[in-house]
Amino acid sequence: MSTLVYTESHLAPEDAIYDAVIPAGEGWFHPIKNGQFFRIVDMEGNQAADTFFFSETDTGERYSAQDTIREQGSLYLTAGTKLLSNHGNVLLSIVADTCGRHDTIGGACAAESNMVRYSLDKRFMHACRDTFLLEMAKSNFGVGKRDLAHNINFFMNVPVTPDGGLSFADGVSEPGKYVEMRAEMDVLCLISNCPQLNNPCNAYNPTPVRVLIWD
Amino acid sequence: MTSLYTEELPGGAMWSMRIPRGRLVRLTALDAGANVSALLYNAADPLDRLNVPDTLKALHTAKLTRGHVLMSDMGHSLASIVSDSLGWHDPIAGHGTAGHIKRKYGEHGYQDCRNDFHRNARDNFLIELSKHGLGLRDIVANVNFFTKVFVDDDGKLHFAENHCPAGAAIELRTDMDVLLVLANCPHPLDPSPEYPRKRVRIDIEPSEPAGPDDFCRNFRPECDRALALTQRLFI
Repeated sequence: MSTLVYTESHLAPEDAIYDAVIPAGEGWFHPIKNGQFFRIVDMEGNQAADTFFFSETDTGERYSAQDTIREQGSLYLTAGTKLLSNHGNVLLSIVADTCGRHDTIGGACAAESNMVRYSLDKRFMHACRDTFLLEMAKSNFGVGKRDLAHNINFFMNVPVTPDGGLSFADGVSEPGKYVEMRAEMDVLCLISNCPQLNNPCNAYNPTPVRVLIWD
Repeated sequence: MTSLYTEELPGGAMWSMRIPRGRLVRLTALDAGANVSALLYNAADPLDRLNVPDTLKALHTAKLTRGHVLMSDMGHSLASIVSDSLGWHDPIAGHGTAGHIKRKYGEHGYQDCRNDFHRNARDNFLIELSKHGLGLRDIVANVNFFTKVFVDDDGKLHFAENHCPAGAAIELRTDMDVLLVLANCPHPLDPSPEYPRKRVRIDIEPSEPAGPDDFCRNFRPECDRALALTQRLFI
């Protein structure tokens, strides 16, 4: 694996206008306004924060992993990455990253994909896409399953090899590592703090993440 | 084998069809350097649709080839890749838009070019999806048949030139009734200075369902489980 580059932020938590903890297995669906800074902190290390974005003014415009990867010419997300929409517009820019790289090809876990990946009796385990669906259903934002394309997995490590192999590897994150973005338009941020217990994406121990917003 | 359907897609063409379960869909690149962007839906329930991340993580792959099952987000096998002459089809790099095509190849609108105008995959998808009551919100991550995009050790993307010779073919077996949507448009990373206009033929034939000895079913246990879940659609 290539050397990871770490970029610190100068923003102080005590200056944030919003500061909350998302326990493992819980969701969060919240607006972030153009120009605001948004940080996700991996509080205990090696947690996966499954994250998706919509344009607040037109939810048909949403995060596109394929557009983001292709236009930056690189598979992994880190400081400098522009998170692009399906219309090629910048939703947010990653401005600081003390973890070094994040996944956006692994998607979110689901009851159905757990059945395929692990065994048919995994159906009743909690999973990210259920959290996404519940958060969308409870919200007033007018989005649902049809609007859910594939997401970012902050703090998750999914290395791909030149011959096309893909694995879910041990995380490169640690307690207190964070990623920080600047919103480049008004967006809605949908997070599932991943409850996966079947692979090392959470080091088999799902833990809380903290979200902060600065004006 | 009895041919049920054949069609030659000119470069830039769009195409969609509801295809029943138990068909073999063969795509053949009639010209070298073809790229066909594809989306796939459960014809009976389009919310049950191709999910590229679920497919890749279940198969531990960042490329698509023989043995792989194209999975929906509901854990189903939409179709299985039963043969492949190339060994690599791209599930990573997405599809192009009018903006991409215009920036790369200049202005080639219908007014001046008539039916040789430069079509793009996004608009083609939107047109074909609209014919089935679907639209922008139904466009999820697509796959690109005949194209290889690989990732180096630093995560950088590379477009493999000269990957697809004329005559390259891939065969999909439909494991349920599907809606297949194709855009025979340039891959957005294709470095060709000219708009690539490559012909692709579609042939559809009857196929046996995935039996116990099926290559795809036995390729990985995940494939077998996706096929088992698909079977539940037909109880």
